[in-house]
Amino acid sequence: MPLTQIQKALDDPRLQKAVYSATGRLADGRRKTVADLPEYQKLRQHAHDIKQHTLEHLDTYLEELERSVIARGGKVIWANTAAEACDFVTNLARDRGVKLVVKSKSMTTEEIHLNHHLERHGIDAVETDLGEYIIQLSGETPYHIIAPALHKTREQVAEVLHAAPNATPEALTAIARATLRKKFLDAGIGITGANFLVADSGAIVLVENEGNARLSSSAPRIHIAISGIEKVIPRAQDLAVFLKLLARSATGQALSVYTSFLSGPRRPGETDGPEEFCLVLLDHGRTSVLADREKRQSLYCIRCGACLNHCPVYRKIGGYSYPWVYSGPIGKILTPQFAETLEKEGADLHASWLPFASSLCGACGEVCPVKIEIPKILLELRQESPKKREEKLAMRLFSWIMRHPRVYEQFRWVRKMRKLPSAGPLKAWLSERDLPELPARSFREEWKRRK
Amino acid sequence: MLTRIRAALAGSVKEPPPPVWLDPDPPDANAAAMFAQALTELGGQVHEAANLAEARAILEPLLAGRRVIASSAPLVRACGIESQYSRGACADAEIGVTSADFAIANTGTLVFLTEPRLISLLPPRHIAVIDRAKILLSLDALFSRVPQPAALSSSMVLATGPSRTADIEMRLVRGVHGPGEIIVVIVADVTAS
Repeated sequence: MPLTQIQKALDDPRLQKAVYSATGRLADGRRKTVADLPEYQKLRQHAHDIKQHTLEHLDTYLEELERSVIARGGKVIWANTAAEACDFVTNLARDRGVKLVVKSKSMTTEEIHLNHHLERHGIDAVETDLGEYIIQLSGETPYHIIAPALHKTREQVAEVLHAAPNATPEALTAIARATLRKKFLDAGIGITGANFLVADSGAIVLVENEGNARLSSSAPRIHIAISGIEKVIPRAQDLAVFLKLLARSATGQALSVYTSFLSGPRRPGETDGPEEFCLVLLDHGRTSVLADREKRQSLYCIRCGACLNHCPVYRKIGGYSYPWVYSGPIGKILTPQFAETLEKEGADLHASWLPFASSLCGACGEVCPVKIEIPKILLELRQESPKKREEKLAMRLFSWIMRHPRVYEQFRWVRKMRKLPSAGPLKAWLSERDLPELPARSFREEWKRRK
Repeated sequence: MLTRIRAALAGSVKEPPPPVWLDPDPPDANAAAMFAQALTELGGQVHEAANLAEARAILEPLLAGRRVIASSAPLVRACGIESQYSRGACADAEIGVTSADFAIANTGTLVFLTEPRLISLLPPRHIAVIDRAKILLSLDALFSRVPQPAALSSSMVLATGPSRTADIEMRLVRGVHGPGEIIVVIVADVTAS
């Protein structure tokens, strides 16, 4: 458990306020726009059913997707690992002589550390979502799935943008717009993620508010979309359901500002658009999650961030207390399931505590637009955890002591101690917990006295 | 990868997908008024013109003396606006003028299938001249009318209001990468007078 990181978040009143008010506003927005949909609960179920069906037939839909992307003049790259995905991008950039890449916000590329990889190969990769750009300039990672720079003050933003310390958000945005505008026009490759992959159309769908995903996918000569294989849906028409849910759950908008439905490169007769389109389909541990029938639904996630905004734990400890790029409740269920894959890559994750850092209040499951049963999966992960085995043993011992009054009597000395020893096996346990003040006499002593 | 996927799915039963869910249009809705209200709430401006002459009269003062890049959509040409497309011209223009293949009333959305990608994107102000008959009521109506967007174009874009961000202290700022201003002129009768 990253106690220092958690303590740091708890001890920073400004950060506490920023995270609490931002997540609160997003949650309020969600509540108001979801109320517009009388059939909201049915839509959630329908979205859940489509995701369930698609994942149960994932091989078929991915093959259909590949065929339809190729039919539209695009290229499909199957990447088993993070390294394979990154290598494809760097090799293509080298082949085409590209030195500058623009990127629009994508958690999948964060997951595979694409920017580091490109930098190491001498390719300049510029994040273009305003929040991601701020984070990149600060040398940090996203704080929240949909609001990456949520923890930054305007003064901190002004500093990284070399602006006057009292610059307004409007002025700061204008500075970023001007700098990034040049990058869009000069870049040889634009990289995006994908919110959905549409099997029957060979299309990717990008949902955003700023216009940077539109620019990244339209201005450079080459567009590369990198997406997890779980993002596929069967038909273009299924988007009516998903689009109604996604923006409402994320930011409380009826629809995000821009939804782009892109199939292949520019066609003959079209005025603009990229000349080459490549879709990288990434596994990176997803097939092993898929293999678990019960927890497979973790892959239904459409990355709206609603579970973060409603989580009493995320709202206190913030995005940097989680060991992987996905934070909040969805991070708590994804990270342990991806741990094996990530550890093979040399990551030192310590993910086993995650399923326990939950009050199981159930808010995450209630607001999930695709009805992932996050609390249930947390419980299943607890059952599987090695920590659980230790706890079970301790509980069994405790229960035995409690059922044997004579033995229990022998432990009177425990409560006589002012402080429990904060060493040995109890040290870590105690460092996370405060013991209550005990009364002078125990119940048993008091009982004896009064009799 | 497909082998791993098939192994992971071993034992699952082949089933048809859940049916497509597209709601039918509610009766008696005034699509143009609904569109205008939704887009105005998002910070856009909406003008209604009875015919092309009225549309031209609305557009003229907006475009006079400005660097304009316009698409070659028939409705844009019918308003007497023409320009030569180039990336440079898009990047340099103060105003981009397009039409829209459809609009969605309940969300205030413009739908581009045949428009160039950059004209409605690079200039800080976007003006769209649209045919009132192309305003659909909902997203469901769009996907009923266009079940296969990829059959028509490499790019279908739904644009709902001005470009915006709230990445700095959750403060709403318009016009971060796309246009910060959107003006839509709805033309009731598009037949040339």
